[in-house]
Amino acid sequence: MLTDITLGQYYPGNSFLHRMDPRAKIICTMIFITAIFIAESFWSYLLVTAFLLMTISVSGVPIKLIVKAIKPLWFILVFTFIIHLFTTPGTTLFYAGIIHITREGIIRGTYMTLRLVYLIAFSSLLTYTTSPIVLTDGIEALLTPWKRFGVPAHELAMMMSIALRFIPTLLEETDRIMKAQASRGADFTTGNLMHRAKSMIPVLVPLFISAFRRADELATAMEARCYRGGEGRTKMHQLQYTGRDSIGFAAVVAVTALLIGMRIMS
Amino acid sequence: MSIRVEKVNYIYGKGTPYERKALDGVNLEIHKGEFVGIIGHTGSGKSTLVQHLNGLLHPSEGRVTVDGVDLAGKDKETIAKRHSVGMVFQYPEQQLFEETVKKDIAFGPTNMGLDEGNVERRVRQAMEFVRLDYNTYAERSPFRLSGGQQRRVAIAGVIAMHPDFLIMDEPSAGLDPVGRMEIFSRVKEWFEKKYFSVILVTHNMDDIARLATRLLVMHNGRVAMDGKPMDIFLNHRKELQACGVDVPPLTDTLLYLKNQGIPVPETARTVQEAAEKMADMLKGDTHAD
Repeated sequence: MLTDITLGQYYPGNSFLHRMDPRAKIICTMIFITAIFIAESFWSYLLVTAFLLMTISVSGVPIKLIVKAIKPLWFILVFTFIIHLFTTPGTTLFYAGIIHITREGIIRGTYMTLRLVYLIAFSSLLTYTTSPIVLTDGIEALLTPWKRFGVPAHELAMMMSIALRFIPTLLEETDRIMKAQASRGADFTTGNLMHRAKSMIPVLVPLFISAFRRADELATAMEARCYRGGEGRTKMHQLQYTGRDSIGFAAVVAVTALLIGMRIMS
Repeated sequence: MSIRVEKVNYIYGKGTPYERKALDGVNLEIHKGEFVGIIGHTGSGKSTLVQHLNGLLHPSEGRVTVDGVDLAGKDKETIAKRHSVGMVFQYPEQQLFEETVKKDIAFGPTNMGLDEGNVERRVRQAMEFVRLDYNTYAERSPFRLSGGQQRRVAIAGVIAMHPDFLIMDEPSAGLDPVGRMEIFSRVKEWFEKKYFSVILVTHNMDDIARLATRLLVMHNGRVAMDGKPMDIFLNHRKELQACGVDVPPLTDTLLYLKNQGIPVPETARTVQEAAEKMADMLKGDTHAD
């Protein structure tokens, strides 16, 4: 049932991308998804596509999984395409009543949708190649300079990793409780919306109780090991910036520069 | 009346990097009137197997039928057959959710579509089964009871559905010895009255020796051994150990003594039985002198 859902969606591997420093990966991703929005012409889209395909093949993540990450957002994609299709002025290709479909509309719709697809694909690549723990480590390191402005970097990272850590546990628990209630004849799949919402009560009550119990136990366990926030805390695995990360940066910056160049030239 | 498992394979996380075969070509028939113990080390597929027996999991390949009805269906008959196989999960008290003990026990029977009077009768009977006094506990919140009492309420919730087959997955985990004995003695009593057949998943070999009429040993998703518990303990100990489990401590002790040349009743199922037989043998010896 629920255990079939892939979560945290880390795809274990040992590729170039997997071994990059998480800080470098996060910054590269941010630069590149901004760069996607610079692309305007056919050739610049081709460049972005080529770069994305190259990165995917370097990562070793099956393209099937990337598609799986994009799929849940199909509605937004279709919506974006349709809005641009109908609202862009230009040469009318055909029309029915008040609806005009223009050549420009088709092109713009395609480009905008592609931008979103690339955005999702690229950021999903980040989570596929970075385990949640490493990812939060990276986020914490990137937030640390903002501490002086009052950003609780360590606490945020700790909350994130605890939340991530407990998602599979809670899913497993939900699965178990649902099975237990199902074997007592509970039915979660038929009936109208009201009926189904009501049928979730036998699952939600035990789930909340156990979530609170777990939170309490975890707090006690952390206290027992003298946890008192990030002050003076060192790490077992230090993040290390290597030549690999420079190569990553160089590639992303080069592509971005090319995209800016193409935009200025056109 | 029987549950048949035919050539069942089950694969977790199919199509992901975490794909794992949990059941591998399992063939099995469990008849009414059997008390089946299932053992196997962690990850051997025990829990996955029993979840197939009442349709909580559906086989990736093969089929599971109860009295000839395939559990993969969705019609009324299938659902009724699923209800005839009751399931007590590990730590069943973690699934309590109602405001009162009575309502929680009534959840199953109500879902079966029984009328109020019938439900009420079954709740009383189930509470009697787990030895919770109706007048004292029926209107109490299950969350205010002790852990042991919560366990009993949860078990009563399954008993109230009057299953033909009762599956219990480590029902005594985390209970004190008295609570454990009590639950098993009640289950044994109803089993002997032929109210239901029992399928017990456990790591505790003592319980198997004491209660089970048939033993299944799971190993790597297969049924590695299937037979009478005493026969497996006494004649197939090597194979048993190869599956990562061993004979009960009592049998272990008796076999050791026997190997030392001391005559002992190695087929004894309980300490009590062994002690009585040994006492008899010792007395017999003195008489012979």
